[in-house]
Amino acid sequence: MSARALVIGLGNPDRGDDAVGLQVARRVATLGLPDVAVEAAGSDTLALLDRWAGVGRVVLVDAAAVIARPGRIHRLDPLAGPLPRDLALGSTHAFGLAEAVELARTLGLLPRRMTIYAIEAACFDPGAALSPAVAAAVVPVAGRIAAELAEGQGDA
Amino acid sequence: MATKTIRVDTLTRVEGEGALELDIADGAVAGVRLSIFEPPRFFEALLRGRAGAEAPDITARICGICPVAYQMSAVHAIEDAWGITVDGQLRALRRLLYCGEWIESHALHIVLLHAPDFLGFPDAISMAAAHGEAVQRGLALKKAGNEVLRLLGGREIHPVNVRVGGFYRVPTRAELAPLAATLEAAHARAIALARWVAGFPFPEFARDYEFVALRHPDEYPLNAGRIVSNRGLDIAVADYEAAFAERHVAHSTALQSGLRARGSYLVGPLARFNLNHDRLGPSVQALAAELGLAPGCTNPFRSIVVRAIEVVYACEEALRLIAAYTPPPAPAVPVVPRAGVGTACTEAPRGILFHRYRLDAEGSILEARIVPPTSQNQSTIEDDLRIIATRDLELPDQELRDHCEQAIRNYDPCISCSTHFLRLEVRRQ
Repeated sequence: MSARALVIGLGNPDRGDDAVGLQVARRVATLGLPDVAVEAAGSDTLALLDRWAGVGRVVLVDAAAVIARPGRIHRLDPLAGPLPRDLALGSTHAFGLAEAVELARTLGLLPRRMTIYAIEAACFDPGAALSPAVAAAVVPVAGRIAAELAEGQGDA
Repeated sequence: MATKTIRVDTLTRVEGEGALELDIADGAVAGVRLSIFEPPRFFEALLRGRAGAEAPDITARICGICPVAYQMSAVHAIEDAWGITVDGQLRALRRLLYCGEWIESHALHIVLLHAPDFLGFPDAISMAAAHGEAVQRGLALKKAGNEVLRLLGGREIHPVNVRVGGFYRVPTRAELAPLAATLEAAHARAIALARWVAGFPFPEFARDYEFVALRHPDEYPLNAGRIVSNRGLDIAVADYEAAFAERHVAHSTALQSGLRARGSYLVGPLARFNLNHDRLGPSVQALAAELGLAPGCTNPFRSIVVRAIEVVYACEEALRLIAAYTPPPAPAVPVVPRAGVGTACTEAPRGILFHRYRLDAEGSILEARIVPPTSQNQSTIEDDLRIIATRDLELPDQELRDHCEQAIRNYDPCISCSTHFLRLEVRRQ
């Protein structure tokens, strides 16, 4: 992996707002940021540990169960401490994103720098489009990721 | 009358959603209900009217952990209906693909879902602090299995390369070479994994189970064989429905399966091992013997060791298949749809998976029947829990609950598959 940074969008493209992470990643890809690789990931969160191996800086984007308001954006720094428990970065499978991150932390496999953007979702219905409030978060989150990666450009 | 309720709302470290309810009255276990509350998935109904050729890809969507099992049972059943024989290297490639699924599914369950029970940790994350090397080994094994799926199936989850008659594309020998290197490393890791789990403390427990598995003339069973048991069952796959019946129970959205003649039975690694030990080959048999595992094992808690033995076998078998591989002349044999009924049974990581399809002259599906392994094990799991709960009745609720969950995981229940399943509730009165 030669890229300085890796942006990974997570989610199921066919489950309504669960696709928001994928759409943010797609948007970031269109920005053509130098030295930034963009990937989409499905439900196998354990595979993430391999994907970010050797990468200095990783940004993850995922949908979260709604706490307060659909479309609300959370920026989390897993290196600063455990992920908040009230933010359900869950999975329908045995291991969710939060578990994968905590397993990586225990094993010493977290990247040197990592940011997680979690966007509160409204609807996970099969075949549904993004709900308007969640769709409205795509461009701002992509912009924040671009700005964050541009700032850190010198310190990879 | 003393009344007490213990409750676990959602059983964790299993695939899907379900719960367990234990009723305890006057110091005895009055009822055990394994509830599956994943919504019923109606796959059998939505297959009606679809082309038979679509069955492998539609049914693969039932499960993200064992999609290959669904693809294999579906594709073999459709081929059975249409009179198609897939043999030689195409058959070998399907067996190789299935080995990949056994490796990834077993490694995930052994290390990340079940091992914490034996070592006294609440989850794999806390276990990783003390057993980091073992967890990393499990992750590497899972990755090796996934690489088999990616190469032969086109991608790791819900692979898309299997078709009626064979595959859409077959690999070159050169493409399989790096996979062989990965599997050589995986084989060494699998042996280390088997030795690690064989050292776990195993609860004393034994039952006189009826074990049911496939039996093939010369292979450890994956894709084919007769359905046999340790009590004399020996039938062709086509006769499955004559020997087994499913019934609806009010507390579960999954149907429960039983032998018409004798009721509950056990499918999965322990059944396969007990009925097919002679098909494992000398090196895997020697490893099993070293680890104190002999055919006739009736302690379901030792299933975790059998699973690890099967990972070793799957690595060896995959390496053998790769070494013997020469690309077939075509990726698939010709397919001509016709009216008929086809059945197939294959060995999913959790046990036998039965499919039957009735098709019209154009090859459209008129009727589909899918019996996953977890619904076959469900009443056996309830029977185990009744015994464990009776034995451990005096233990504090949390310990009782832990023991029950560990016992459920002996079966690696795939709840998503069977709803077509966990909360644990104990009511004491």
